Amino acid sequence: MKKQTNPLIYIFLTLWGILVLFPFYWMVMTAFKSYSAYNAEFIPQLFVSDPTWENFTQAFTAVPLGTYFANTVIFTLITTAVMLLVTVLAAFGFSRLRFPGRDLAFTVFLALMMVPSELVVITNFVTVSSLDLRNTFLGLILPSVTSVFYIYLLRENFSQVPDELYYAAKVDGTSDLKYLWKVMLPICRPTVITVTILKVIECWNSYVWPRLITDDQAYFLVSNGIQEIRENGFGRDNIPAMMASVVVISLPLIVLFLIFRKKIMAGVARGGTKG
Amino acid sequence: MEKNNYKGWLYLLPAVLFLGVFLVYPLIDVFIYSIEEGYNTASGTSFGVGLYNFHYILQDPHFLQALKNTFLLVLVTVPLSTGIALLISLGLSAVKKLRSLFQTVFFLPYVTNTLAVGLVFMLLFRQTPYSPGLFNTLLGLFGIAPVDFITGPYWAKMFTLCFYTVWVVMPFKILVLTGALASVKQDYYNAARIDGTGKLRIFTKITLPMISPSVFYLIITGFIGAFKAYSDAVAIFGTDLNAAGMNTLVGYVYDMLYGNAGGYPSYASAAAVVLFAIVLTITVINLLVSRKHVHYN
Repeated sequence: MKKQTNPLIYIFLTLWGILVLFPFYWMVMTAFKSYSAYNAEFIPQLFVSDPTWENFTQAFTAVPLGTYFANTVIFTLITTAVMLLVTVLAAFGFSRLRFPGRDLAFTVFLALMMVPSELVVITNFVTVSSLDLRNTFLGLILPSVTSVFYIYLLRENFSQVPDELYYAAKVDGTSDLKYLWKVMLPICRPTVITVTILKVIECWNSYVWPRLITDDQAYFLVSNGIQEIRENGFGRDNIPAMMASVVVISLPLIVLFLIFRKKIMAGVARGGTKG
Repeated sequence: MEKNNYKGWLYLLPAVLFLGVFLVYPLIDVFIYSIEEGYNTASGTSFGVGLYNFHYILQDPHFLQALKNTFLLVLVTVPLSTGIALLISLGLSAVKKLRSLFQTVFFLPYVTNTLAVGLVFMLLFRQTPYSPGLFNTLLGLFGIAPVDFITGPYWAKMFTLCFYTVWVVMPFKILVLTGALASVKQDYYNAARIDGTGKLRIFTKITLPMISPSVFYLIITGFIGAFKAYSDAVAIFGTDLNAAGMNTLVGYVYDMLYGNAGGYPSYASAAAVVLFAIVLTITVINLLVSRKHVHYN
């Protein structure tokens, strides 16, 4: 059955595509305009006539963008790693092991999934402040390392691994931990990767908690960094340099997305919530 | 059969500890904070227990403004974004060529930093003494006078916020709806086509009922997400949202806790409890409505 697609559909989709891409185009293009050229425009120009790298140099020298960037990388790596350790262990306990109170504990965990972060952030702020952990990586990381939802996702996947494998491993005298590491994780790799990617996106973009818990620029993450740049940034309203910073901040996730496109979209379809 | 022992708890221990300290305890604590009157952060003491904190925030003009902004944002963006997402997903499922390219492009806003791209939107919509900005230039082509969409009249600021919010939430909705449309069995369409059913009728009688669980899922998560809007507003109007008159409920909570007007965990808690009550009510209503209208297999 051959059917001609209505060209109006293509036009509609293209229009939305332009609407999505335009801000990205604008940010990149402005980042290459010189300060004087940009400010001389009364009517905004859609093209760069004289591209320059100067704004990128500015972004790394006039403001501590490098520090924000490094902080975010450190925060993202450690948080994701610890989160994986904590959630994988818990998911393994729930799916594979038997112990008194397991089902009750799992029900309680599921119920905790409904707790909105806005409700708990107040006390967490007070807790972390009173532990003197403001402006430390520990303070940034600790409340972000557990996610009930990821435990749930991993547990569902772990439960699908046939029991026979476990008994075979037990007969061979394999310990539980070794079984988890050598058998379970390799089989469930796609889910582990999904969880990892979702967490990395979440960490890279996190704004609220870092804003509450850091007021020393040395510990700012990129989201707070960009807000700081916007409000006190380059000493003047240097839009091209701000856009260069925005490009630098946006690039890592976009590259990650283009590499792992299918995995990320499948992962978000299963476990995403933004929206 | 495995031994029935307590070793399993060891595996849960890290998760239980973290959840206990950073989720369960704060959850209980926030309700206690919200009813402690005159709580002093420094001394950790309060005058007594009562509803004064709620009374206070319900009279605070900043809170009422935040409440109004949030409700407007929810009422505009949730139907709008779900509707457009449905149109786009229908379009996507009708095309073969370039579909994957479109899907990739449409998903991009999901992986961008809200604060960073918000700055670009601020730039596109704002008006300065030196330039009307791009959006106003565009409006000028249609003979519309320039308006400052960032610091100008309330409706203009609301428009910018809604526009950006829709832009940000679309990827997730398109993704979910495209998946739902792809899973509708082709048999139904074939049968309808043989019967000579019209396109609109196919849509309302087959497609919509079949994807209704996904649509309702999106409406529920959309409501919850929009009620918790905050960083989008910060991205466009800056950190001092009260001054801009564009604060949201979540923003009010954080501002009460910290920042220029901060240092009042009790008021922040009361506001958080109110927010939670609103979200819970709306979700329950949504669930009740969906039970009547959603077609679950």
